[in-house]
Amino acid sequence: MKKTKTVNQQVPSVDGKGIMMGRPAFTDDLTPRNALVIKVLRSPHAFAKITSIDTSEAERIEGVELILTHKDFKRNAYTRAGQGYPEPSPHDKFVLDEYVRYVGDEVAAVAAVDEATAEAAVKAIDVEYEKLDPVLDFETAKDNDTLVHPEDDIYEMFPIGFDPKRNVAASYHMEVGDVEKTLSESEITVENTYYTQAQAHVMLEPHTVNAQLDYQNRLVLISATQTPWHVRRILSQTLEIPLSRIRVIKPRVGGGFGGKQAIHGEMLAAAVTMRTGQPSRLTYTREEVFESSYTRHPMRMTIRMGAKRDGTITSIDFHGLSDTGAYGEHALTVYMVTGSKVLPLYNKVDAVRFQGDIVYTNHVSSGAYRGYGAVQGNYAVESTIDMLAEKLGMDPFALREKNMMLENETSPIFEIMGEGTEGTAMVMESNKLDYCVARGKELIGYDEKYPRRETGESKVRSIGGAIAMQGSGIPYIDMGAATIKLNDDGFYNLTVGATDIGQGSDTILAQIAAEQLGVAVDKVIVYSSDTDLTPFDVGAYASSTTYVSGNAVLKAARSMRRMVIDEAARTLDVNAEDITFEGEVFKVEGSAPLTLSDLSNRLYYNEDQKQLTTTGSYYGTKSPPPFMAGFVEIELDTETGEYEILEYASVVDCGTTINPALARGQVEGGLMQGIGMAAFEDVEYSKKGKMITGDLLNYKIPTNLSVKKFTTEFADSYEESGPYGAKSVAEIGTDTPPAAIANAVYNAVGVRIDSLPITPEKIQKAMNDKKENDV
Amino acid sequence: MKISLTLNNRPKTFDVAPDEYLVDTLRRYGYTSVRRGCDTTSCGVCTLLVDDKPVPSCAFLSARADGARLTTVEGIPETASKLAEHFGERGADQCGFCNPGIALAVHSMEQSGMPADDATIDHYLVGNLCRCTGYQSQREAIKAYLGDKK
Amino acid sequence: MKINQLKQVETLDEAYRLLNEDRRNVVIAGGAWLKMSSRTVETGIDLSNLSLDYIEETPEALRIGSMTTLRQLETHAGVRALYKGMLSTSISQIMGVGLRNLVTIGGSIIGKYGFSDVLPALLAMETSLVFHSQGEIPLEDFLESKGRINDVLVSINIRKKKGVGYFKKVKQTALAFATLNIAVSRSEGLYKIAIGSRPSVATLAREAMEEVNLAESVDDETIARAAEHATSLKFSSNPSASEDYRAILARVYTGRGLKEVRDCED
Ligand SMILES: Cc1cc2nc3c(=O)[nH]c(=O)nc-3n(C[C@H](O)[C@H](O)[C@H](O)COP(=O)(O)OP(=O)(O)OC[C@H]3O[C@@H](n4cnc5c(N)ncnc54)[C@H](O)[C@@H]3O)c2cc1C
Ligand code: FES
Ligand code: FES
Repeated sequence: MKKTKTVNQQVPSVDGKGIMMGRPAFTDDLTPRNALVIKVLRSPHAFAKITSIDTSEAERIEGVELILTHKDFKRNAYTRAGQGYPEPSPHDKFVLDEYVRYVGDEVAAVAAVDEATAEAAVKAIDVEYEKLDPVLDFETAKDNDTLVHPEDDIYEMFPIGFDPKRNVAASYHMEVGDVEKTLSESEITVENTYYTQAQAHVMLEPHTVNAQLDYQNRLVLISATQTPWHVRRILSQTLEIPLSRIRVIKPRVGGGFGGKQAIHGEMLAAAVTMRTGQPSRLTYTREEVFESSYTRHPMRMTIRMGAKRDGTITSIDFHGLSDTGAYGEHALTVYMVTGSKVLPLYNKVDAVRFQGDIVYTNHVSSGAYRGYGAVQGNYAVESTIDMLAEKLGMDPFALREKNMMLENETSPIFEIMGEGTEGTAMVMESNKLDYCVARGKELIGYDEKYPRRETGESKVRSIGGAIAMQGSGIPYIDMGAATIKLNDDGFYNLTVGATDIGQGSDTILAQIAAEQLGVAVDKVIVYSSDTDLTPFDVGAYASSTTYVSGNAVLKAARSMRRMVIDEAARTLDVNAEDITFEGEVFKVEGSAPLTLSDLSNRLYYNEDQKQLTTTGSYYGTKSPPPFMAGFVEIELDTETGEYEILEYASVVDCGTTINPALARGQVEGGLMQGIGMAAFEDVEYSKKGKMITGDLLNYKIPTNLSVKKFTTEFADSYEESGPYGAKSVAEIGTDTPPAAIANAVYNAVGVRIDSLPITPEKIQKAMNDKKENDV
Repeated sequence: MKISLTLNNRPKTFDVAPDEYLVDTLRRYGYTSVRRGCDTTSCGVCTLLVDDKPVPSCAFLSARADGARLTTVEGIPETASKLAEHFGERGADQCGFCNPGIALAVHSMEQSGMPADDATIDHYLVGNLCRCTGYQSQREAIKAYLGDKK
Repeated sequence: MKINQLKQVETLDEAYRLLNEDRRNVVIAGGAWLKMSSRTVETGIDLSNLSLDYIEETPEALRIGSMTTLRQLETHAGVRALYKGMLSTSISQIMGVGLRNLVTIGGSIIGKYGFSDVLPALLAMETSLVFHSQGEIPLEDFLESKGRINDVLVSINIRKKKGVGYFKKVKQTALAFATLNIAVSRSEGLYKIAIGSRPSVATLAREAMEEVNLAESVDDETIARAAEHATSLKFSSNPSASEDYRAILARVYTGRGLKEVRDCED
């Protein structure tokens, strides 16, 4: 790789200082004064039909401006998923509906002059429900007597296996080779079933939106969203407002992790403002964030794996069941990723099958969540690999190294499985998984520490690990664009549709532009995103920003560079080829140098005046996966099952790290979420289907004491198709902890925990059961 | 009821309800650096210094702040700006929703002359949740910041 | 919580009168726990002007004003010296410094919270409560009493004794409520064991205490028997742990706690 000045260098983020200093930045900081406060009346029942709804008393309260119920909306089925169009998620949701399908589902909305009035009005609404039997166990959902979606006016946009009359939101099947035959011929087979739980996103900024009509009478939403363009489109289609009359602004967003890919408060805020003409605001309470947004899809996965005695894995059979909750957002795509971003890791098998249903239940909807299925699939497959290694009498990493996908290899799965559609064949042009494994083993001290050491009375330390892959955007679907504009004095504006939600994409994109333009990062003023002002981008999801939007920025910057050189040539009256230009000064042999600043001042004020601006756009034709190896060392108390995470060492191949500090932040942040999922995070419901972990007292996320030490390194890797060699890094960190910790627990005390989270109580009980069985 | 206090060293008078909390009063008066992340006093996002001590402003009744000395992150620009540089060097600056609260807690650590070791930092900041980072980068940045000041 | 009016009382008498005047009136200490209740309070009786945030040390006792914050206690040299810092250790594991700067020892006791980390530590010492009207009553009696508290807690007295203590909070994360918590002490040859978050409120594990206190010598076998007795307390299940697992934790940590205080120099 050519020496870079900005990319892959230590560059401070463009916004960190302003944010730390408390500048107004987030949606609620930018709420118009006097905005009506919207409060939502939510269902107390897991499943019910609203038989009557009386708002008259609430309407009489002074300060109440509007009350909306299902009677106020035309029945336009839509999906909140926040995906490209047509969506691979069923259109199975109405803004407000006569059915409520989970505790927390919307019944009515009140807009009032202040919070207290809105809350009082919510309480004053009188609703009668006909309670229906809910489906609360996803394993009994299919063909259950209860239909979560009995209505007929819902539909799929293209075939996804949607079969609501059987409570099936989507289903999928694919097979390469003959799995049953290969398995039956295998010398060694293992089989196990795994369960993963619902996990909550808990981004610290709750879902927040405000709406107003501007002086052109257009609807302007400021929203904490990952997908401003999808929000605009879905609002327009569902509320039947012309697209041209909607503007969506994404300011600073306080974390998303997939949770803000979806439409949450936007629909109601838009409806209130359209009807009252007044600005409105809707901020979810923390309880609403838990109870009425999304969780990660809970799954059951049964894995069968066959191998030869020499450790060659010959077949993998993956049969899953996924719980999409009340609505089918991301049902198919998350489930497909469960296979497509895990199974190619073992690309040398003769046969592989992946199938499963994604079913409706009366739980909170599942949706996009960092890791997006891959974390569930990784837990199942990477746990099974360790089981297989034991049966083969092999070291689990020797087994992985023998079977895993390497550079310049491919897997037939890439072509078969995309996200909701067929995939795209691709060869791994950059894949340093072998280095990641070797280096990761060194970092954790695998050879000395594997599998376990006694460290005291009732204390043992052990090691476990897993490998993972992810993607970089969705090929032929995800598109990003960037516009660069030259200003007088010679600095640039970079406007991008890519949505920075705290992952640092504004900084990374500014670095890519600065590198190509040959200027310092502070000469590139970046702005994201505004559907009126910035070019299109699908949004921040599917680990697409660095790769897809980054390539768009690179294209725009290349073009801008050519434009300024051409202008300089005209000004200096020389051929463009005779100019040498690093970024600040145009030099031509024999004549005085011209600075970019002088050129631009001239262009704007003096001669041959014109605005230089250019737009680049990009969509991927492949989705080069980042890879990683993760190793954990734990210390486990053999009497209580409690364990401490002493170190999590990971080595990541994400191509070039555009900003090494931010890349590290992405990896460690992702790991922490994966560790939370692996160790204790758990969305739980009462017997009646009410979430009992709907606040931060009862739902625990990791703290600064949850992990003693992270050791994070990057492989030296360069992806030809990526901007300056970069791939993605946003999601992959999440994937390895569940399997790595499960494997470490097994190595410590010989019990395999096959349901998440891996709690001390489960470990203790399994140890006890094992002891009794051994006797 | 009316309360008089000093906010970032300036005298202020606010009109507050008996059951209003400081986070809401301050936001209502335009001090939007103080933000709310939960409803159960569990996240630390709303951290504010009252008489130089960090407290969760979402649980501090405004009426009780009469006569108090409040400090928001706008009142400690030097700490915030320097700390941000250390955060930036280590990738500890992500969404930043937790950052003003952390800056205030760190400021109070610094003022009370606490040692800048990992254990002290972790103990002092354990109540300031962050969902974006793995905390280690924050810990390193805080340590470096406090170390510089020594 | 809705508060119709907040009254910063000037005397304890006034607080007591207001509290008994209307059932909808409530004493507000730190207010952090109260904040989460959904009730409507007529008059919030704010004690913050009564100078009840003090820690006084006499040769016999520590007298702690009910409005003393947990953070004041955690960092107080006298409290840290008591029973090898058992109480300050327990407090230091409650949420973060910010919350502890706000919440009070009085509010922590009056609530009789099942998850309370301070109660096991206080029970494992000799603690009494001084109420404005009722006067002084032992902490144990208070914890066993039922019904609404129509009195104002003024101070908490802890007998200063030479002794050693052990405190353990079993928890999912640093900010979680205890799955189980336990305090074990030894003073003047007598052992005390208090177990909380069962998930009901802390109580002394009397059978286990008897086992060690009546034994000729507190050897490992005695401790093992005592630990087994600890499992006969009443435990139940909630989302953070099952009844059975709590009993196991009680056994393991009673054993560990006893060994630690037995082997610890006074
Ligand atoms: C998010 C959160 C997490 C917590 N986690 C833990 C934990 O892990 N472990 C733990 O031990 N504790 C925990 N607590 C409890 C905390 O330590 C305090 O015990 C609790 O907040 C009560 O203290 P307060 O000062 O806020 O009391 P308040 O909320 O003001 O009052 C609580 C009750 O006591 C009454 N009261 C208070 N003072 C008096 C008095 N002097 N006379 C008569 N009545 C009085 C009030 O009327 C009210 O009924 C937690 C609290 C919160 C908010
Ligand atoms: S807002 Fe969460 S602690 Fe105050
Ligand atoms: S940086 Fe996002 S919560 Fe801390």
